[in-house]
Amino acid sequence: MQRIAALTGNEAAAEAMRQIEPDVVAAYPITPQTELMQKFAQFVADGIVKTEVVLVESEHSAMSACVGACAAGARVMTATSSQGLALMWEIVYIAASTRLPIVMTVVNRALSAPINIHCDHSDSMGCRDSGWIQLYSENPQEVYDNVVQAVRIAEHPDVLLPVMPTLDGFIISHTLERVETLADDAVKKFIGEWRPAYPLLDVDHPITFGALDLQDYYFEHKKQQAEAMTRAKEVILAIGKEYGKLTGRGYGFFDEYRTDDAEYIILCLGSAAGTVKSVVDELRNRGRKVGVLKLRVFRPFPDGELARAIGHARAIAVLDRAEGFNAVGGPLAPEVKSALYKKSDADVCNYVYGLGGRDLSPVMIRSVFDDLAEGRADARQAIHLGVRE
Amino acid sequence: MAINLKELSKKPIPISPGHRACAGCGSIITIKLVLMAAEDPIVCACATGCMEVVTTIYPYTAWRVPFMHNAFENAAATMSGIESAYRSLKKQGRIGKNIKFIAFGGDGGTYDIGLQSLSGAMERGHDMLYVCYDNEAYMNTGIQRSGSTPMCAATSTSPVGKAAQGKKQYPKDLTRIMAAHRIPYIAQASPHRWLDLMTKVQKALRIEGPKFINALSSCHRGWRVPMSNSLEVCRMAVETCYWPLFEIENGVWKLNYRPKTKVPIIEWFKTQKRFQHLLKPENAPAVAEIQADVDRRWSELLQLCGEKIAP
Repeated sequence: MQRIAALTGNEAAAEAMRQIEPDVVAAYPITPQTELMQKFAQFVADGIVKTEVVLVESEHSAMSACVGACAAGARVMTATSSQGLALMWEIVYIAASTRLPIVMTVVNRALSAPINIHCDHSDSMGCRDSGWIQLYSENPQEVYDNVVQAVRIAEHPDVLLPVMPTLDGFIISHTLERVETLADDAVKKFIGEWRPAYPLLDVDHPITFGALDLQDYYFEHKKQQAEAMTRAKEVILAIGKEYGKLTGRGYGFFDEYRTDDAEYIILCLGSAAGTVKSVVDELRNRGRKVGVLKLRVFRPFPDGELARAIGHARAIAVLDRAEGFNAVGGPLAPEVKSALYKKSDADVCNYVYGLGGRDLSPVMIRSVFDDLAEGRADARQAIHLGVRE
Repeated sequence: MAINLKELSKKPIPISPGHRACAGCGSIITIKLVLMAAEDPIVCACATGCMEVVTTIYPYTAWRVPFMHNAFENAAATMSGIESAYRSLKKQGRIGKNIKFIAFGGDGGTYDIGLQSLSGAMERGHDMLYVCYDNEAYMNTGIQRSGSTPMCAATSTSPVGKAAQGKKQYPKDLTRIMAAHRIPYIAQASPHRWLDLMTKVQKALRIEGPKFINALSSCHRGWRVPMSNSLEVCRMAVETCYWPLFEIENGVWKLNYRPKTKVPIIEWFKTQKRFQHLLKPENAPAVAEIQADVDRRWSELLQLCGEKIAP
């Protein structure tokens, strides 16, 4: 039985956390994540979850405490945004390399400077090579679903990597929408119990975490970590399918919308997909063969699957909600281009949009499809969409 | 339970021989004494630094107790997480044992980069003992000055030259910064008075809540002393009142050791090459200034401990 509720993206994540009932949550407040942790703190204050909440003095300590708690043997979650994630950066890498299945919801927000509290993906994209699995969500429903699945993915014995479900700051985090939630016991049953193989608190079998790894072992450990990320692909698909059986909402690496016979495809992450879908419907009604592919799983990157899904298109526009400052474009486009390399003749062009919370309007999306159809899109250099020249 | 040498000798040593600490390292002696003092099972965390590097070169470990190293500045925050996990799992009946938690950091990881995380952990009241092994510089990375380096000490980043006579500032008084946190137990100790140090550790571990011990732990590489003098040089720091031994239990200050005769600070300087420039006649005013500072701080401490300030 699923319940229907009106929840913001933050509330949807907090509700999932309440049902997951992690053993430890360590967090520091930051806009636009604050509502999420406030909501969860209320659950704790009301005594309806058993979680130990550690209200630390910085995000650096939040991630540090999560690492300690997870190594100790606890199921651990946190949430952050923007500068908070940037401050955690060092320990974000340590969490992944120590193979600790922490789940951290990232409410996407632009990075300073200039300071800006609104949405873009520069924060989570900054962690793209940190060894965390990244799941992007389109709306509060997907936030809920991704947070629940994240626990299973992270703790899978073939994976043991931390997972970062993300949601667009304010656009999703503060927007009230219809969300179907599972019954508490159904969530508990789906995620199961977390029984780590080598908990630090097993004093009868002492082990050392965080040893110094020199030239003779570091490389091997990095390779094992990379292999875990590769294995995660299969696990993500299996868990997405199982979740689908439970809820009717199955999940894969991406969501294809009218792409089968599409000549022109937009590829994007997060909330932008909703707006693009409505423009696709409108253009389809006018007989134009357009579609949208919403990428859910950015890490691990599903390159082969992506090439099979959109390689037939004539032209593809990749929308990036982050600048790469590489004099080419955003971080997503080069990965899509390399996925299609030698597998597709499609032109791939890059649009950077929505930085610092700038709106993505249907007019802009129509202009992107027009550019694709008329061969105007610059295949080398990213176009900054909706920016004043 | 009083500490008894005979009983102690029968106890398994929680840190194994074969670690890569320098022969005569003051810090490893401190850590060994701290671990040996614990009565309950313990879980340790350590900041990045000498002690982590010399004890955990993969695939070996010298720790016979559960041990975690996370990063340089977060031993206290990491331990906050470990201790919170313990509370959570204990509450749920998933752990039955009583476990005590000890975090270690050098002066770099404690006085400097880790101060925020330590302060936060103490303010939040986690049930842990934090031990700073204070060797007065960033020894692990090549003897750079830290917030604990004494005035005028020569280090690789506060060298002696034509324009400078070593470090230009006094160290911060971390023990008193910790006292300002109003935690139930704070102490200053030295490994040369092993019984005092171990008694303090036992006392601290019996108290619930956050505890802090600052232990002077000589580094013969950095202090430029013969390796056989590690403990002697610590003794001189205490005899000169540069490093007084005291404790603060629930806000009550207590002096643990009062030298019969206060040795002039120059005698401590004479034992270490990092201060050898201070022995030149032209640096006599600097020595006098440091002596005045030691005297003033010693009287302050006597006052705080309710001791007679007499000669």
